Amino acid sequence: MATGTEMHVVMEAKGKAKGRTPKGLGDDDLKALFRAMLFTRLFDQRGMNLQRQGRIGFFVPSMGQEASQIGTGYAMGNKDVLYPSYRTHSLALLKGVPLKVLYDQLWGNATDLVKGRQMPNHFAIPSINWVSISSPIGTQISQAAGAARAAQIRGDKDVAVWAWFGDGGTSSNDFHAGLNFAGVWKAPCIFMCENNHWAISVPEEMQTASVSFADKAVAYGMRGVRVDGNDVLAVYEAAREARDRAIKGEGPTLIETVTFRMGPHSSSDDPKRYQPPELFEAWQKRDPIDRYREWLEAKDLWSKDEEEALAAELQKEIATAVEAAESTPAPDVETVFDDVYAELPKMLIEQREALRAQIKASGAIEDGGGAFPL
Amino acid sequence: MPQMTMLQAINDAMHVAMERDPDVVMLGEDIGKKGGVFGATDGLYDKFGALRVMDTPLSECGIIGTAVGMALYGLKPVPEIQFLDFIYPAFDQIVSEMAKMRYRSGGQFTCPMVVRSPSGGGIRGGHYHSQSSEAYFAHTPGLRVVMPSTPADAKGMLLASIFNEDPVIFLEPKALYRHGKQEVQEGWYTTSLDEARRVREGDDVTVVTWGAMVPIVEDAAGTAAENGVACDVIDLRSILPWDYDTVLDSVRKTGRLVVVQEAPRTCGFASEVAATVAEKAIDSLEAPIARVTGFDTPFPYALEHVYKPDKKRVLGAIEFTARWA
Ligand SMILES: Cc1ncc(C[n+]2csc(CCOP(=O)(O)OP(=O)(O)O)c2C)c(N)n1
Repeated sequence: MATGTEMHVVMEAKGKAKGRTPKGLGDDDLKALFRAMLFTRLFDQRGMNLQRQGRIGFFVPSMGQEASQIGTGYAMGNKDVLYPSYRTHSLALLKGVPLKVLYDQLWGNATDLVKGRQMPNHFAIPSINWVSISSPIGTQISQAAGAARAAQIRGDKDVAVWAWFGDGGTSSNDFHAGLNFAGVWKAPCIFMCENNHWAISVPEEMQTASVSFADKAVAYGMRGVRVDGNDVLAVYEAAREARDRAIKGEGPTLIETVTFRMGPHSSSDDPKRYQPPELFEAWQKRDPIDRYREWLEAKDLWSKDEEEALAAELQKEIATAVEAAESTPAPDVETVFDDVYAELPKMLIEQREALRAQIKASGAIEDGGGAFPL
Repeated sequence: MPQMTMLQAINDAMHVAMERDPDVVMLGEDIGKKGGVFGATDGLYDKFGALRVMDTPLSECGIIGTAVGMALYGLKPVPEIQFLDFIYPAFDQIVSEMAKMRYRSGGQFTCPMVVRSPSGGGIRGGHYHSQSSEAYFAHTPGLRVVMPSTPADAKGMLLASIFNEDPVIFLEPKALYRHGKQEVQEGWYTTSLDEARRVREGDDVTVVTWGAMVPIVEDAAGTAAENGVACDVIDLRSILPWDYDTVLDSVRKTGRLVVVQEAPRTCGFASEVAATVAEKAIDSLEAPIARVTGFDTPFPYALEHVYKPDKKRVLGAIEFTARWA
């Protein structure tokens, strides 16, 4: 495995069935990886469209990062705990979370698991150990280290904890705290830095003077691995190895997947203001889905027909879930007071009564709208 | 005079400040080529270069900590925190360092710097792009905390803040960034950070507010006037220190007080206004003081409109207070 500044690669950048099949992956696994990557791409395209059509308020696409995410997701154990970022809905798709769950959250409707409390992409899905996402960058990193320590304290031998964050996230206070603690504790934690080259408009070279993000692991006494993030098999291998080590008590790993954000930062960003078009074009040629498709085709594991059938099936699933989520009403007004505390304190009971009285006296509260700028 | 939105007026103030004084520098996330996520720093990078308009690594702690160092060295840094909700990693640098520098060094070291940050709701930004956190900072001696509500005030107050000797938390009500245009004087001018602004004259009820609540209160006061209740509307402009003389004079005239804030109710700055009026002018009060505030909940996404005080809620409080006998 390449550590520090070298890059771990399995598939050749262009075409041909170069590169071995990673240990432990059968043909079905290889196809499942592709399915999840394609699913993610379709989900992203639909999400951006829904936002452009004004049907949801905001969306964060992951286009270009499918290999980097699905490769790690596939290496996880069932009991593993996820501390994801706002750009990793692919992991929920991979793990078979019903699509309606995701679309409910994008709409923030009455059946949304997080009850319409958070912006789109801020999922919380306990059924797959997916911890609630927060917008402040980096906060999940130290929490993941703590959860990994908790697994050690409990003696849970088959649990690894994974935290996802971007290149920008490595500058946060919590990156330092989280990696430092995890290193000292030799906690079963895997820190997944997706280096997509951008933190909104800030390029990676303005984020760090380190030769690589993986290199930062050295200072925390842990293993740092740098992977071609558009090579799903290389990512899988690196993640798998990191998990094996974590479970065996050999300590945490920092994995840097070198990839590219092929879309805007979010539905409110326009990369034309800061991104050289040549750079985008160069990375477009390394699209992780195209690359993996070629590899599968060369191994006679995939065909155009299969893909067309799969895409049609997935699009249908998406359409059904979108319709169901969109036709679900908004959360009840009074739910605004729930879940602040385990039980409603008196001050909130009074505030709820005042709201009730106001609505009775002067009618429903108008939704003033407002559009997210970022 | 040109017509400007608040966003344009803030941008203009920064152009004026940077032209006037080479010691004025900006630093923050995405403030360079992108010109800020709202466009507040548009054009500054092209005009003044990467040494004076710095895109930084993603660390608010780093942004404020290094800005404190720059201020101690003699520059006038104007760091931007992309959203006020992301300021907390820098809380230590603000509360323990920037705010206390003058006092703890016996006046020998100072931090003349301005932390700009968009605050409040109005953009469907959920918990982390909407909070009104002014009270945390108003509880910190040594800071100035200000929040304009018009384009002209925004420019004049920002220039006054940058060329002020004290550290300033300059809160920009993002709901008002593109709320409307107003004539804004070209070039250099400042607006006092020490005086509240009387938005509307009236003898019946005093309504005190600041930031994005100002136009909502104006609207409610307009309707109240049609119903025969004349409001004396005061925009505090500066939250710390604050111009309580203007408020007390008004309450002595009207005998009735409503305080409106977007922030959660408990321990918001409205509580300080109410307490001060109760202490210094209780004899003048003819009705209980009313607060109109956000709820004691985090700022919600789907139910933002339910959370935020709106015209109806403000009008209800004005009428309740006016009717009290
Ligand atoms: C503490 C904090 N500061 C600023 C922001 C605003 N912001 C949202 S995403 C982002 C860039 C994040 O870049 P990176 O960590 O590389 O992840 P990516 O978005 O590229 O996946 C910024 C600055 C934030 N969410 N949290």
